[in-house]
Amino acid sequence: MSRKLIIDPVSKIEGHGKVVVQMDDNNQVTDAKLHVVEFRGFERFIQGHPYWEAPMLLQRICGICFVSHHLCGAKALDDMIGVGYSTGTPMLPTPEKVRRLGHYMQQLQSHVTAYFYCIVPDMLFGMDAAPEQRNVVGLVEADPELVKRVVALRKWGQEGIKAVLGKRMHGINSVPGGVNQNLSQEARDRLVKGEEGLISLDDVIEYAQDGLKIFKDFHKENRAEVDAFAEVPALNMCLVNDKGNVDYYHGNMRIVDKDKNIVQELDYHDYLDHFSEATEEWSYMKFPFLKAFGREKGSVRVGPLARVNVTKAYEDNCPLANAALEEFHDYTKGKANDMTLHTNWARAIEILHSAEQIKVLLNDPDLQKEDLIITPADNAWTGEGVGVVEAPRGTLLHHYRANEEGNITFANLVVATTQNNTVMNRTVRSVADAYLGGKVQAEITEGLMNAIEVGIRAYDPCLSCATHAMGQMPLIVTVLDANGNKIDEKIR
Amino acid sequence: MSVKITLDGKEISAREGDNIIDTAANNGVYIPSLCYVKGKPCLGTCRTCSVKVNGKVMAACTIPVSEGMEIDVNGTEITDMRKALVELLFVEGNHNCPSCEKSGRCELQATGYEVDMMVSRFPYRFPVRTVDHASKTVWLERDRCIFCQRCVEFVRDKETGQKIFSIKGRGTESRIEIDAALADKMPAEQVREASDLCPVGCIVDKTQGFDAPIGKRKFEIKTIRERVLEGSTDEG
Repeated sequence: MSRKLIIDPVSKIEGHGKVVVQMDDNNQVTDAKLHVVEFRGFERFIQGHPYWEAPMLLQRICGICFVSHHLCGAKALDDMIGVGYSTGTPMLPTPEKVRRLGHYMQQLQSHVTAYFYCIVPDMLFGMDAAPEQRNVVGLVEADPELVKRVVALRKWGQEGIKAVLGKRMHGINSVPGGVNQNLSQEARDRLVKGEEGLISLDDVIEYAQDGLKIFKDFHKENRAEVDAFAEVPALNMCLVNDKGNVDYYHGNMRIVDKDKNIVQELDYHDYLDHFSEATEEWSYMKFPFLKAFGREKGSVRVGPLARVNVTKAYEDNCPLANAALEEFHDYTKGKANDMTLHTNWARAIEILHSAEQIKVLLNDPDLQKEDLIITPADNAWTGEGVGVVEAPRGTLLHHYRANEEGNITFANLVVATTQNNTVMNRTVRSVADAYLGGKVQAEITEGLMNAIEVGIRAYDPCLSCATHAMGQMPLIVTVLDANGNKIDEKIR
Repeated sequence: MSVKITLDGKEISAREGDNIIDTAANNGVYIPSLCYVKGKPCLGTCRTCSVKVNGKVMAACTIPVSEGMEIDVNGTEITDMRKALVELLFVEGNHNCPSCEKSGRCELQATGYEVDMMVSRFPYRFPVRTVDHASKTVWLERDRCIFCQRCVEFVRDKETGQKIFSIKGRGTESRIEIDAALADKMPAEQVREASDLCPVGCIVDKTQGFDAPIGKRKFEIKTIRERVLEGSTDEG
């Protein structure tokens, strides 16, 4: 009797998706798909707006990684008015550092949110634990001190975003050619020293190490299970600087293989020459791939795991993150790490890296300088721009065109979750094979459902961004027989 | 000459001939308005300042006070009427506060907050309006126009006194127009003044955008109510 397993929606991710696992008469998994069932249309409704509104409107696509969208759009507009990287114009030091600071603040709070609120409960309580326990409320009951530190860390990150962008969510600081304000000395001192109800920068560095310790403890006790869970081969991609190390704000797109050989490196302005996007009728999310490698081999992984695979080291002024990175690299003896759950290890390292980079930037006097914007020369207008940053979930790209009057005529957003689409589908298939394949199991267990979700959750996918819905839907898992008859269903 | 009037049940002295909106502000009572600019002739176009005068609904900017006048500003019914008028202005255009550079400096947005508008009771019309780019300095974003006519009356060519902006069409076909040749003669300072005078984000200065950081925008520093009550004459 063949069966179809449906998980709808996948929980504790951003946005609404569902998983369908198809099994044959021998209980072998024949297909597994992550369907993204929401549609938003940001690329269309920005058309006709003045070009300078794009980073302001398009950041509303997401309530988590809005700073990345805002900066990506700002970089595209720099190009468009003729003062961006495409024209060989380097950004002034103060605006670039202000933008980077906002970006790291968001990376910190986004990673902390995903890691501690959505992922840590799975580690601490196990995949089989009851959903009533396996959440942030269960975490509060089990380890209130940890949660207090997490809340304090997130609050500090949010206050940092507010200091840079004016609001905790959907603020505005980047304008074409620069930023509209620097970081005041007062705001800088508040973040460094803290105040009543706000931790200090030293506390941030300390608290940022909690995630790494949790992962290591969990890994130590569950090494075999963690390492074997959805080991999915893929190319790895991130932005790199001149030294070939990850740069979260600007650089070339570098793609490496299992042996960390560079298989392709490109200027992101040329992405259309190198990437294509496939579509499937069962999902609103596209499937990007490198043209040179074809759809199957050319799909890349982006995000924390990809970044720590690509980068050799962090900046010299990040000793804690560098030590953690070295340990990570040693684990796979210099090879790229394809173990899906090690994404959480990578995310914990990036929390620490963000904290250390924030420390460096907050001690940089350039942040208080007044030279904030480059004014383009006459006739510098190009009418087209591409911006790329490393968002928390991976490489994010905005591409705009505008007509001579300045109306946006075209927008293309290639978001990190979209880049990961094929790899996430492979992960779902891998988990389904491992947990369901060959097993005669008409009854769906909580652990079974959650194992698939854990695999997806490792990517911290943002389906709202990726489809360019709101609300919460019940999780429904249904087992159907070959004739489509329901033989079991659970709703939570 | 001083006259006695009753404002929200309280008897006060007022200077005869002053309009109700200024008289109320002088006595600590805020009346929202989107077309009236203190010190300039009243336009009476937006009706957002509607109050009850001796039981009849009238625009406060158009009515001079007179002896014995009874004015109801904050009664339940008239307060809700003003709120409905503001809601209508939102549904009649296409207003995107999140991406509009006038956000934080927009009188319609600020007034929306003051009348406690959370959502409109009326269905949105989603009118199709085209942007006018003809001027080199002004981006005319018609989606946001509320037809207050401030720009029509108060923005004039410095040499000839000719109107630069005008309203064409009737009813739902009405649209704000710009004389691009005259607009391009405006010095940068006048373009900025026109942009500030516009109570919404319809007249956009092409040379500047999002220059005021969040937290330092006009109505974030001081609310529109506070500005009106202190007698501020700066628009926009």
